[in-house]
Amino acid sequence: MKHIISALVENRPGVLAHVAGMFAARAFNIDSLVVGRTEDPQLSRMTIVVVGDDRVVEQVRKQLAKIIPVVKVQDYVGLPVVARDLMLITMAAAPEKRAEIIALIETFKGKVVDIGQKSIMVEISGPEEKIEAFIEMCRPYGIKNVARTGTIAMPRQEKTVSAQENAAE
Amino acid sequence: MKSDSSQSAGSADKSSNIKSGAEIVVQSLLDQGVDTMFGYPGGVILPTFDALYDAPIHFIIPRHEQGGAHMADGYARASGKVGVIITTSGPGACNIVTGLGTAMMDSIPLVAITGQVRTELIGNDAFQEADTTGITRPVTKYNCIVKDVKDLARTIKEAFYIASTGRPGPVVIDLPVDVQVAKTNYDPDVAMNLPGYKVKTKGHLRQIQMAAEAINKSEKPVLYVGGGIVSSNAADELRDLAKKAHIPVTMTLLALGSYDQNAPESLDMLGMHGTAYANYAVQECDLLIAVGARFDDRVTGKLKAFAPHAKVVHIDIDPASIAKNVRADIPVVGDAKYILTELNKLVEHHDRKEWFTKINQWKKKYPLGYDKKSANIKPQYVIEQVCELTEGDAIVTTGVGQNQMWTSQFYKFKRPRQFITSGGLGTMGFGLPAAIGAQIAMPDSTVVDIDGDHSFNMTLTELRTAVEYELPIKVCILNNGYMGMVRQWQQLFYNRRYSKSYLANPEYAKVAEALGAVGMMVDKKADVPKAIKKMLGEKRPCVVDFKVEREENVWPMVAAGKSLHEMDGLDLLESMA
Repeated sequence: MKHIISALVENRPGVLAHVAGMFAARAFNIDSLVVGRTEDPQLSRMTIVVVGDDRVVEQVRKQLAKIIPVVKVQDYVGLPVVARDLMLITMAAAPEKRAEIIALIETFKGKVVDIGQKSIMVEISGPEEKIEAFIEMCRPYGIKNVARTGTIAMPRQEKTVSAQENAAE
Repeated sequence: MKSDSSQSAGSADKSSNIKSGAEIVVQSLLDQGVDTMFGYPGGVILPTFDALYDAPIHFIIPRHEQGGAHMADGYARASGKVGVIITTSGPGACNIVTGLGTAMMDSIPLVAITGQVRTELIGNDAFQEADTTGITRPVTKYNCIVKDVKDLARTIKEAFYIASTGRPGPVVIDLPVDVQVAKTNYDPDVAMNLPGYKVKTKGHLRQIQMAAEAINKSEKPVLYVGGGIVSSNAADELRDLAKKAHIPVTMTLLALGSYDQNAPESLDMLGMHGTAYANYAVQECDLLIAVGARFDDRVTGKLKAFAPHAKVVHIDIDPASIAKNVRADIPVVGDAKYILTELNKLVEHHDRKEWFTKINQWKKKYPLGYDKKSANIKPQYVIEQVCELTEGDAIVTTGVGQNQMWTSQFYKFKRPRQFITSGGLGTMGFGLPAAIGAQIAMPDSTVVDIDGDHSFNMTLTELRTAVEYELPIKVCILNNGYMGMVRQWQQLFYNRRYSKSYLANPEYAKVAEALGAVGMMVDKKADVPKAIKKMLGEKRPCVVDFKVEREENVWPMVAAGKSLHEMDGLDLLESMA
């Protein structure tokens, strides 16, 4: 089962290496690991997507918490969360296909961020499944380059907020 | 030092306490109560060695940094204090990695300070540069590099706190040479800043109550205790629990002595080379109370078949140890001493007559044993004699392999911190330097390293360290010419193909004499007690080379992948009972 684990860590050198090293040393598999600053300059947030049974994920959580610069660890499994991935994708876009491609991008609420003679770069964000689906749709046109951030996530606070969020989608 | 700081401080107000990084290291160590440390100098740690020149610290220089790390480890295990080692960068730091790994696996509190090249050279492949924090990260509880002298005092304070609290472990502070020279105000009361380090010592009361209820209900309980009892100084509370509730106690290698092995409740060690009665008791118990133990594969054998009828209570200060290998029905996170104290208030006395009768039958049927009629020197005989002639009171260290397993079986330990051995990492060469560290910690105790010939070979250069510091350590080499445990596995599982498990040894008695120690060689069984008596009377370090039975095996044995009750060698033990 897929778990999204959020770890608040001290913002200083070596912490990412420590976390990544622990995953490698203990043979835990991670789908993605994203680090970024938070509102507090002392702290960064790592969002880690792990696949494993409950026993493995429990160990992941505990071993993360054991790392001294890791301040707080939370497993979002079972919680209503908003999970997002951001992707930049460049694909071939011959002039005769361009209209078709732009329609596709609009359907997925993507954004054209660069356009050239033969190709087009798109920015798109959303749940992982949406990103995967978009990649599949782009494949026939010829994908040149993909860069993805990996998943970040946050638990939903109140029903009203999540309703707004859904409406916005 | 004072004139230096007043010069650099100029006309600063009298509350200022300006010191160089090197002086801060020394003052911080003194403020932490360090009176003994180990280390080896080198280029980029020279400022700190200069500050150590007239510091009131007993400083021991090993012959190799690895030896120094094991000495600090032996010192920590024998005394319960934090062991301290200081080395230079690059090779100095790399050479302590095995010592850090050894301490990490056995949860031993160490603080290592390593020199580092100037901050502006870091990453340039400078002379004697190594990525010390990168290299030591997996073998330390915590490590960091200090790049600003203002962070130094706080970091050292944090290092000692982290090393010695919770589940103890080694900490490395990497210290660039320019930071040792830079000056700042030293504040001995600087606050620590560890938002991610919280130690839970008090166990959850409801969990403790549940554990007590389970104990009171159990007909066939077993206490399975590990090194956590030792690091928590909980041997008294363990004894009270075992006596009050009347529960048999089996110990891991690291816990031997935390329960008096001469007491009737002791089942001695469990696991791969544990006693038959401990292993049978674990396999048949209805309640397994694990305290400060981590269900290591050498303890459990085949995991799925381990303690199949038991409800498991797991008491440990490290939440990550709980349910890592074996599901815990009643987990209790906290300090063993605190939790056992609470538990003792709640448990009732039960005779458990049937259970103890059964255990005593196993003890009678399958005692540890060996062929006592043999004309050759049996290694087990040497250990029994050492035990007898030291009245079971010596501090004993070992190498790794057969020598270690026989010592765990045939020396009966009475108290914690008496048996010092590399359990988790299984570091050959640990015995001699650990004995040196233990002797420094306990100058009035008899310290005996019961070693294998090849384990001894790995660090024997440290014998000279023992001579130099006039430490009357004793070394008993069980010399069979083989890497004995490797040979035993090759005999049992590789069709007696003794591939690369033999080395031609020197004459150890001569080596010892050349290094300034007393050397003896014993090749007749009748001479064994006499030689041990002479060894125990020596004031200088003493090495006795016992030419033991060459192809003796350690029994019983649970082969890798087998269940604990599937022991080999029981027929042999039964026939010798």
